[in-house]
Amino acid sequence: MATIQVTEGNEQHPDVALVASAVAGDVHAFEALIRKYDRQIFRIAQHITQNREDAEDVMQDAFLKAYEKLDQFQGNSKFYTWLVRIAVNESLMRLRKRRTGKMVSIDEDIETDEGSVPRDLADWSPNPEQNYSQTELAKILRKTIQGLPPGFRVVFVLRDVDGLSTEETAEMLGLSVPAVKSRLLRARLQLRERLSRYFRSKKGGVE
Amino acid sequence: MLDELIDGTVSAETRTRLEEHLGGCAHCVVTLNTTRKTIEVYRSNELYALPKGVRDRLHAAIVARCKNGC
Repeated sequence: MATIQVTEGNEQHPDVALVASAVAGDVHAFEALIRKYDRQIFRIAQHITQNREDAEDVMQDAFLKAYEKLDQFQGNSKFYTWLVRIAVNESLMRLRKRRTGKMVSIDEDIETDEGSVPRDLADWSPNPEQNYSQTELAKILRKTIQGLPPGFRVVFVLRDVDGLSTEETAEMLGLSVPAVKSRLLRARLQLRERLSRYFRSKKGGVE
Repeated sequence: MLDELIDGTVSAETRTRLEEHLGGCAHCVVTLNTTRKTIEVYRSNELYALPKGVRDRLHAAIVARCKNGC
């Protein structure tokens, strides 16, 4: 799984030089940035839009938009943070198009108590994922996360799958830090509750 | 508290108090362990891989448009 590089102290993030070269007209430098982040951008787009064709379009459009506006990029935020912001907005636009008339937003506060009070208290088998084939497991994980509101899915993916900090996630999504924390907690608990159907130990007689 | 314990951002004092509580609360232990497992299973399984063919096609399309000034 890809990890995001963290800049320590005054050390310059390697993306800064690549961005500078790309602004000066070096397309290969921009290609290096595409290679570095395309998988993550595609994953985020797919999680929000839940549509493969849209995710491919979002990935293309996000990089093209970033390239177009590269000279406007402020070095005070990381290139990746800026890129994700573009990709999230593009993804939401696509989602709105598909769900005409339906409100789609990352910052709407979704009132739900689901998962916040754990109902399923049965323990899971020691390595529950091993009871399923790779294909079955991926299907279960996709189906489970798809049931969450888009704002929960994207926070969970950025924080727990990509390993970004709460602050970075907040900046990327234009949310406050407490809003990210609250969505992350609810996303984790809802996923846990839903996965329990597949992963709980059958020994306890819960089934 | 659960999130802070999972993320390791809890203070040493609170951690000790929570661990004391966890020692006597099977429900909390199950919730904590299964939530950790939830994160781990999502982190270690790529749900939306980008196949090489698609990746190459998208790269070529992006770069071609960049070269033409988008």
